[in-house]
Amino acid sequence: MKRLIGLFVGLFIALLITFFAGENPFHIFSILIKSAFGSMYDLGLTLSYTTPLIFCGLSVAVSFHAGLFNVGAEGQLTMAAITAAAVGILFPQVPFPFAPILAFTAALFVGGFWGFIPGWLRAVRGSHEVIITIMLNFIAAGTANWLALKVIPNLNSQNPETAMVSNNYLFKDYDLIARIFPDTPANASFGVAIFIAVLMWIIIWKTTFGFELRAMGANSEAAQRAGISKNKILVLSMIISGMLAGGVALSEVLGSAGQYRVGFSPDYGFIGIAVALLANNNPIGVIFAAFLMGALHKGAADLDMETTTITRDFSRIIQAFIILGVAGQAYWEHLRTSRIRKN
Amino acid sequence: MVKNILTTLLALLISSLFSSQSFSGVLRVGLVLDKGGKDDKSFNSAAYAGATKAEKELKIELKYVEATDTNAIESLLRNFARKNYDLVIGVGFAEKDSMSKVAPQFPNVKFAIIDGEVSKPNVRSLMFAEHEGAFIVGALAAMATKTEHVGFVGGMDIPLIRRFSMGYSAGAKYIKPKINVSENYVGVTGEAWNNPAKSKELAITQYGNGADVIFVAAGASNTGVFDAAEDKKKLAIGCDSNQNWIKPGFILTSMFKAVDVAVFDTIKDAQQNKFTGGLVQFGLKNLGVNYTSDKYNEKLLTAEMRTKIEEIKKKIILGQIQVPDYFKRK
Repeated sequence: MKRLIGLFVGLFIALLITFFAGENPFHIFSILIKSAFGSMYDLGLTLSYTTPLIFCGLSVAVSFHAGLFNVGAEGQLTMAAITAAAVGILFPQVPFPFAPILAFTAALFVGGFWGFIPGWLRAVRGSHEVIITIMLNFIAAGTANWLALKVIPNLNSQNPETAMVSNNYLFKDYDLIARIFPDTPANASFGVAIFIAVLMWIIIWKTTFGFELRAMGANSEAAQRAGISKNKILVLSMIISGMLAGGVALSEVLGSAGQYRVGFSPDYGFIGIAVALLANNNPIGVIFAAFLMGALHKGAADLDMETTTITRDFSRIIQAFIILGVAGQAYWEHLRTSRIRKN
Repeated sequence: MVKNILTTLLALLISSLFSSQSFSGVLRVGLVLDKGGKDDKSFNSAAYAGATKAEKELKIELKYVEATDTNAIESLLRNFARKNYDLVIGVGFAEKDSMSKVAPQFPNVKFAIIDGEVSKPNVRSLMFAEHEGAFIVGALAAMATKTEHVGFVGGMDIPLIRRFSMGYSAGAKYIKPKINVSENYVGVTGEAWNNPAKSKELAITQYGNGADVIFVAAGASNTGVFDAAEDKKKLAIGCDSNQNWIKPGFILTSMFKAVDVAVFDTIKDAQQNKFTGGLVQFGLKNLGVNYTSDKYNEKLLTAEMRTKIEEIKKKIILGQIQVPDYFKRK
């Protein structure tokens, strides 16, 4: 709750800046609100950004709990998305209810594998996960591009994208959320994302594994003394982190596009870091933080459209101020408690 | 002081409730730029230049936006259409799918798209024959090289850039069948369009391996290759816009794509009620693609090269030379 204060301070300062650009801050704010909730179409688009951000926010949050910093959500979601598309193209005969499940499982597996690599390297070789995940992001981008352009390209288009997956893999006809928001990429994966967020909350706070995870993140020495296997936690948390990022395959490939499009992600994996920070790594908080970041991302386009001086980059500035506000609030809290301790 | 600020804020709040909307008789044009943005010094810049020229000369009302990602494009196009803009122009192949969805829903709005084909009655598709232009500069590169080795540096490894590369090496081989053509790409992500450091490195490597002319098609990364050409005293070839002025004496020529002209003409047609849907091809024939020649490179292009290249152009236009097209490969 206290984070809300930091959030509003950040938002307030960011909006004040628009005043110096010759815009009316209230007008900017009303555009942002309208952009997020203005119509079913707008809300649908906001949700379509929210969904992948929930997955990525959860991915980063889980790694944070274990004391790791997963900067590789972008690579993990890329690998998962291309896997889902590849399965959908290579096995067109699989009947409906099993097809999306198969593709999604494969996507989660590959996403998990992409998280396993840095986790395992960290456990066995002590290589820092930040370096490894950043490098794996590029390997993922290269691999996915090669698959999309050389192995399973869309021959009917010059766009850099894969062919369409077989219709059996799409759950459009059964998708209630997509029906509520016609013409938008929003789909049932939003519900799945919320379900997984709740699931992660239970895992992190109500299970032995979750306790071990948090113990390792809080004090790895103490946790090891207490008999928790450090390597097991490192590897497992990165696998889970990779699988969560892989969830993006569901919202993007199976839920809306039906194909892998090169560059579909506006850095969801990196915005996910901001989402996790904003939510203080709480899986339920991630849902709201993802919605806020999604709304701001969506708002960027509308700000560009409705004003003369504010460009799409401004939403990044607002995001930055909100993160600064929240971080500043946390730091202030930290200062206050340490002062109380001293006294 | 505080009171003053509060009153100002209150005034702003009230005025925001009555946002002004101008309704005049002028043509309203919405321009949706690709992710590259208006400062990519490449086709987005060219489209923007054409539109701003129209804004000045034709007195139209221009509003441009830059897409944040692929999903945003559809909502931007739709927003312009909803606001009853007269003409909505989409820049780049990435807008094709979105436009084919949005255009049929707004039959009274005119649409135009660059680098993509949308077969709807209210859409004008402006397509460029990049392979023809690349063939011409490839031939020029082969004429200029002294080491029998030329290079190509592409931006992101996507079919459009492969089309440049294929035409370029075909052009070089048309002049000198045994010529060596090196080919490198800056990257596999969108960053590749904006990474001059990497493109400079690639160019230095290619020059080091013996190439002495490099054609670069990499958006804002082009400048890196031009820097390398200056450092190593070799030649480079620009792309999309006329880039000869960036490093005079080191840029042999530029493969010019008349995106600005296409945009300007489309706006002009819409203003004079001459707008028609359908496909408009820009190739060597109508100077939609060409090589550039100005005061910055007049010493580099010899008279002999000019006559020969004009001959080749004629042959391509007449169909006597078949330029391979990556988009139509088997």
